[in-house]
Amino acid sequence: MAGNGSATNAPGHLPLYQVRGLKVALPDLAAKPLFGPPPRIDILTGLDFDIEQGTALGIVGGSGSGKSTLGRALLRLIEPTGGTIRFAGTDITHLDETGLRPLRKRFHMIFQDPMSSLNPRRRVGAIIADPLHLHGFDRVRERVGEALDHVGLGRAFAARYPHELSGGQRQRVGIARAIALEPEFILADEIVSGLDVSSQAQVLNLLERLVAELGLTLAFISHDLSVIRRLCSEVMVLHRGQIVEHAPVGEVFAEPRAAYTRQLLDAIPLPDPDQPGW
Amino acid sequence: MLDGRAAVRRRINARLWLSGGWLALLAIVALLAPWLAPKDPLAQDLFAARLPPFWMAGAEPGFWLGTDSLGRDVLSRIMHGARIALAVALVAGIATCLIGSALGLVAGFMRGWADRIISRLVDIWMAFPPVLFAILLIAVLGTGLHSIIIAIVVIDWTRFCRVVRAEALNQSAMDYVASAKVAGRTRLSIMVREILPNVLPTIVALVTLEMGIAVIVEAILSFVNLSISTDAPTWGGMIAEGRISIHQAWWVLVFPLVTLFLTVLSFSQFGEGLKDHFDPVLR
Repeated sequence: MAGNGSATNAPGHLPLYQVRGLKVALPDLAAKPLFGPPPRIDILTGLDFDIEQGTALGIVGGSGSGKSTLGRALLRLIEPTGGTIRFAGTDITHLDETGLRPLRKRFHMIFQDPMSSLNPRRRVGAIIADPLHLHGFDRVRERVGEALDHVGLGRAFAARYPHELSGGQRQRVGIARAIALEPEFILADEIVSGLDVSSQAQVLNLLERLVAELGLTLAFISHDLSVIRRLCSEVMVLHRGQIVEHAPVGEVFAEPRAAYTRQLLDAIPLPDPDQPGW
Repeated sequence: MLDGRAAVRRRINARLWLSGGWLALLAIVALLAPWLAPKDPLAQDLFAARLPPFWMAGAEPGFWLGTDSLGRDVLSRIMHGARIALAVALVAGIATCLIGSALGLVAGFMRGWADRIISRLVDIWMAFPPVLFAILLIAVLGTGLHSIIIAIVVIDWTRFCRVVRAEALNQSAMDYVASAKVAGRTRLSIMVREILPNVLPTIVALVTLEMGIAVIVEAILSFVNLSISTDAPTWGGMIAEGRISIHQAWWVLVFPLVTLFLTVLSFSQFGEGLKDHFDPVLR
């Protein structure tokens, strides 16, 4: 994997993602007039940030802050209305599907809802093998088995259907599908929000281990700062389509600069042993 | 974890076996009608007219379900009628399914202008009264088996189109579609490889339902004498003849009617049974 710290200081180095003035507006169909196109709502209003190789970036924000839209724009599931996104030096902002195809094996995604993100009519093995076949990988069976081993499911799971698995197991299949391609970048969109607490912990442990082992660059979208604190090295706080804070995790938790971040931190419901009185 | 799937499956099997059994019997009879039928379905015998079925007084041996007012054997005519009914059901059902599903899938998944054109077309189509539309088509095409089949396809593709479009629309919103896109699949291949298998159970249920409807439409058209020649043994034509002599010979009406009813019911139940049977999620 290419994610090593020395590249950061090399002259002319490129961050993995370089985002400048990113704007996304989506049509508001609820307010569509009888004739003519619907008005557009600005979801993201000009974001500038880099994602360096090897970092685990937490993207946090309330509901409707644009964090999922940002994630989908990074993977070009939606086309931005303004600004540029560069992935490893390539401008992917308006690239069409044919142009994106060779890049698609370099970034992948784990989805929020593990039930809907796995095709219910295909076996787990076929689901994981699919991207491998598409990108012409060799030893597909072997790679599927390795990916299943990696996420701690075991190779026997390849013959199962998604509905036969528990929520946590399904999410592991989603992770296995993403890492089987050995991508440089993985986007995890609220991947634990649908799981119960113990499955959450297991999936987070797994992700933590994989990021360290495989040298992945990770963007982890969540509305829960306590999860991000554990997993990520940097935090980006989004509020109403703008970045209100972007700093290393330690700094944000020690001295949050933006008022909105302080509100979020105060909302963490975990008991704090330094604060007596409860 | 409590696993209720075994209990559910047993109930489905009864339905599947009963309806499948009747359809299989019908198919065998239709295929082997020339050898199985006890009499020639067209042979008239005015001296043996309106003979009652075998258990009633006055029945003649050999005419199991009696004869009609021209002395033709009811059982033989029902058996030969099954040939026409099943041929129409199969050909019209499958053709309707292919055309309607393809258009519905494209409209539901591709959206955009394709969806607008197809959906408007469906709206316009649905504004025509179906039976009148069929009669109009037969008037233009001329009577005959192929005209009936064409008429059914032309009228009923909208049924598939609407249902498959709605289902494809539903499935397109699922994350596995986004996931296939992230993996680098082309739109066409997402439609065929990811969406279609998930819409297939609905299509299967609908195609057997459509076969039942095709049997009914064929019966309606032969009832109003717009099918094939009035002489030919069609269930609809037999029901029409039986209606005239209902007070003297009820069996001419009742037996084809019961056959028609069982066949249409079996088609719809068979489809539902198959849908449940092939659904790995068993929702």
